[in-house]
Amino acid sequence: MKKKPTPAFITGGKIILQLYVSGMTPRSMQAIENIKRLCDEHLKDAFELEIIDLYKNPEMASEQQIVFSPSLIKSLPLPKRTLIGTFSDTDKVIKGLGIMFKE
Amino acid sequence: MKIQKNSNIPKTPTGIHGLDEITGGGLPKGRPTLICGSAGCGKTLFAVQFLVKGITECNEPGVFMSFEETARDLTENVNSLGFDLKKLIADKQLKIDHIRIEKSEIEETGEYDLEGLFIRLNYAIDSIGAKRVVLDTIESVFGGMDNTILLRSEIRRLFQWLKDKGVTAIITGERGESSLTRQGLEEYVSDCVILLDFRVIDQIATRRLRIVKYRGSMHGTNEYPFLIDEKGVSVLPITSLKLEHKTSGEMISYGFPALDKLFKGNGYYRGNSCLITGTAGTSKTILASYFALSSCKRKESTLYFSFEESPEQLLRNMLSVGIDLKPFLKSKLLQIHSSRPSMQGLEMHLLIIQRLIKEYDPKTVIIDPISSLVTIGSSSEVRAMLLRLIDVLKINQINALFTALTHDAKNEHNDLTVDAVSSLADTWIKVRNEEINGERVRSLFIVKSRGMGHTNALYNLSINEKGIGLTPPMNKPSREKQEGLL
Repeated sequence: MKKKPTPAFITGGKIILQLYVSGMTPRSMQAIENIKRLCDEHLKDAFELEIIDLYKNPEMASEQQIVFSPSLIKSLPLPKRTLIGTFSDTDKVIKGLGIMFKE
Repeated sequence: MKIQKNSNIPKTPTGIHGLDEITGGGLPKGRPTLICGSAGCGKTLFAVQFLVKGITECNEPGVFMSFEETARDLTENVNSLGFDLKKLIADKQLKIDHIRIEKSEIEETGEYDLEGLFIRLNYAIDSIGAKRVVLDTIESVFGGMDNTILLRSEIRRLFQWLKDKGVTAIITGERGESSLTRQGLEEYVSDCVILLDFRVIDQIATRRLRIVKYRGSMHGTNEYPFLIDEKGVSVLPITSLKLEHKTSGEMISYGFPALDKLFKGNGYYRGNSCLITGTAGTSKTILASYFALSSCKRKESTLYFSFEESPEQLLRNMLSVGIDLKPFLKSKLLQIHSSRPSMQGLEMHLLIIQRLIKEYDPKTVIIDPISSLVTIGSSSEVRAMLLRLIDVLKINQINALFTALTHDAKNEHNDLTVDAVSSLADTWIKVRNEEINGERVRSLFIVKSRGMGHTNALYNLSINEKGIGLTPPMNKPSREKQEGLL
């Protein structure tokens, strides 16, 4: 496996992520697994990930404008972005999150 | 066409006046209904009224999932129709959830579903015990998304979910180019599909509604005009009902004894309709005012539609011939409704007439003149419209009097109004204006009177400050020997 460069951010500070899933379905599990691996590999300690089950917190869906599931919201650094799906396409996720690498 | 009520499918009344009549009771209960149409045709209003009336009239709480407008915009927009959404929300009868999908902020990275929407919907429904749901406009979820195949199957699942949930739902959809909706939602909603249309004919905008499909239920198949005004949405079913109204044997007066005596029954049957035609200045309005006066004197509420004169003007002019309607106007026994015919389309007028009839429950209705309504509609519609109006009056056993202005005294049958109304009216009185020996002479005669004998003589009609006088023609002594003056 190709060695990934060390991550660094233009804005600095941590990436704050919330992952909204609907129950522990295979799709949810896959999404959690993919995002955890991606964060560990690329973001090291520079992230905070919170996983929320919408079935347990249904009011959150409306509050956070969730329509699609799974949804990953990057609330910080701005701009806010929403990624949907199982995050199987790593490059797309990295691009979507706006992560910039030093080299 | 009368629609049978005893349909097997349970129905949910929409609270939209006229629509429940066409659908035989409302929308299919516990099932989704698709309302489609182009932008600005009234889909959202339809849906809002469905929810609001559900709350106020059926005690059924409702959820509005708005994909386009924010709750605040929606509340403000329908405020002008007298719908106070804020209060309904505060009373926990209504819930509005604005679903904002900003494609520029969303990245698709693999498979997903609409479970977030389901959870929101479910939460909203359960939090107020909603029985009615509106999704306006669900197709917005497709906006800019790549995986439409996935979304389609999710929408299909959503409709099934709504059914399982047992809520009566309205789903709105924007009209597509070759299909009813852009995403072909009509394929998924199999129970009831309603199409709204907005078009401009002769510079007058008309809205129309058609029920494309209603599984397991009889429904009207025509296009029905509908109206959006300060009281919300109402639909005018133009197909006539069966001829099965009750008839009365009671005789009532035209308000003018000399005229009553021209008929065998000394007046006219309650609930009948009477047409007075004549060219300009033949005292049609005076005869109509007598009619109104006699109705008021019987202490029966009277509704007078005046399309040529304002109420003030009418009162003043009638006072000049000794007819004082003012006290009755004050005591609210008489209602005068004046408007310019060109203000709205024919449907709009007829809807207003119908609504006022419903509101005041009058015993007598006068339309002066009905011909001015006709000029604003296209000829094919006019007959059906007038027929419908007369039906409504008959069903409610309302004494009706229409005046009609004709232009060619010799050839009245060419006139559209006369042609359309005369066959429907029970009594037809003609007034004429002729020049004889350097003098204008008004005359009156009866063309027809259903179920009642009448004079065939041509009476001279004179007007002075005390009112109208009828005299039999001098040269031909009347066989009936009837009283002349009042």
